[in-house]
Amino acid sequence: MTTVTDAPPPTAPAPEEPPARKPRRRGRLVPYWLLLPGILWLIVFFALPLVYQASTSVQTGSLEEGFKVTWHFATYWDALTDYWPQFLRSVLYAGAATVLCLLLGYPLAYLIAFRAGRWRNVILVLVIAPFFTSFLIRTLAWKTILADGGPVVGALNSLHVLDVTSWLGITAGDRVLATPLAVICGLTYNFLPFMILPLYTSLERIDSRLHEAAGDLYAKPSTTFRKVTFPLSMPGVVSGTLLTFIPAAGDYVNADLLGSTDTRMVGNVIQTQFLRILDYPTAAALSFILMAAILFMVTFYIRKSGTEDLV
Amino acid sequence: MAAFFRWLRRNAIVIAGLLTLAYLLLPNIVVTVFSFNKPKGRFNYSWQEFSLDAWQDPCGVADMCGSLSLSLQIATWATIGATVLGTMIAFALVRYRFRARGAINSLIFLPMAMPEVVMAASLLTLFLNMGAQLGFWTVLIAHIMFCLSFVVTAVKARVMSMDPRLEQAAQDLYAGPVQTFLRVTLPIAAPGIAAGALLAFALSFDDFIITNFNAGSTVTFPMFVWGSAQRGTPVQINVIGTAMFLVAVLLVLSGMLIGKRRNKQPR
Repeated sequence: MTTVTDAPPPTAPAPEEPPARKPRRRGRLVPYWLLLPGILWLIVFFALPLVYQASTSVQTGSLEEGFKVTWHFATYWDALTDYWPQFLRSVLYAGAATVLCLLLGYPLAYLIAFRAGRWRNVILVLVIAPFFTSFLIRTLAWKTILADGGPVVGALNSLHVLDVTSWLGITAGDRVLATPLAVICGLTYNFLPFMILPLYTSLERIDSRLHEAAGDLYAKPSTTFRKVTFPLSMPGVVSGTLLTFIPAAGDYVNADLLGSTDTRMVGNVIQTQFLRILDYPTAAALSFILMAAILFMVTFYIRKSGTEDLV
Repeated sequence: MAAFFRWLRRNAIVIAGLLTLAYLLLPNIVVTVFSFNKPKGRFNYSWQEFSLDAWQDPCGVADMCGSLSLSLQIATWATIGATVLGTMIAFALVRYRFRARGAINSLIFLPMAMPEVVMAASLLTLFLNMGAQLGFWTVLIAHIMFCLSFVVTAVKARVMSMDPRLEQAAQDLYAGPVQTFLRVTLPIAAPGIAAGALLAFALSFDDFIITNFNAGSTVTFPMFVWGSAQRGTPVQINVIGTAMFLVAVLLVLSGMLIGKRRNKQPR
């Protein structure tokens, strides 16, 4: 995501003699003064906390006696053996939500970029506006939508969708709430705008003459999409999937409000360990494992999509 | 029938897109409808009967409007803090070459690529180790921290597309550095700064995960909603949700109209 810019030097080389010296020296320090407060903030409240957390994860002790660094790496092992189902679930749910977001978001992004005409701004506003409405209120609304015996569940039931999903193990009987399907549905809904907006930006940049050229060369619309549109939208696909997968994997709100104890994700475990059980080392170890896993997956994904698909 | 299928095939993408839009807006519609409900009991999950009670008395729930104004306060200060710090960083990154640029770029990028729980939990460890009193200040510090990167990205995008010759022209016309900055640079960068500020406000106002870890017993609006999910949701929450949605639509639409008018002016 680092963008290299070739902005010319800030001050035009002034051909003046003696007075040029002083401002120039001051000018060299300007970027550092501009950076100092913000970067200091990030170092103290973002980087330093991660160091503290690393230290906490190898401490032992209790809340009453205090915690001490004892290089107790076994906490990591214990956390993994105790909570691997939650880890697995987080990856699966976030992965499913990301795929669904891509499948649902692509047509809408395409519609806004190429087919919306003068409705474009209106649709964009409708995609962005929910950002400003509390997402907790909207997640609670899903509780109403998916309520037992409600119209949505009734319709899914009469279409025998629930029979299939129950067989797959993501719903239970004729309930949707408190099942994996509800959590995945909530995650998909929550992070869908994060998929649509990058997709839209990358689609919008495509020169429409390329589509005409493909048509002139007798490509069917589906071929044009496969060979021209989709490859050119890859930057949007990559950043969209990252922007949905990462927050979805760490989310605990959807799993808490729409799920049950059987749908707990790592986020839920970290939250309970930290805020209720007050077992700081385990919580710190868990959150470190989550961070490492995500960084690893993201690097792998960027490298793969960078070398094979993007070129 | 065949004609219908042909029409369906030709407009498949439009139909799919509109269905997604419906999926996105469904909760907002439900929130709006249920703000006119008169619930039986504590939970507002099933439709009972139409009533305007909640709209006539939006602050009728204990502590709700207090938490709302606290959230607005925090979001305002967080926006100011993050916008000032972020704009400074963005200008430094775009306009100057210096050592450690790569390191600084990754320090800006990492908070956006990190799951929120991880940030929330690590910040709490810091505060616990420092023995800080959790509350308004710790929440504000946290909000400025995670909004900062988003502001930097938004402002950077705008400053990068700026023509540096405009500033040189100003200097050729004998404008001092301060004058150049105030009358040329800042007005051109303003849309980017505004976008960053708006994003920061929305992110801070809506944040739950980081606030939940670092607020102690302070209750912001998202935390009030979270608590009410366990205790029973008052209808007034839906009133606030509806109002927020309407305000957001109006705000973004008017912003777009202003932007459009400005673009029409001859350059």
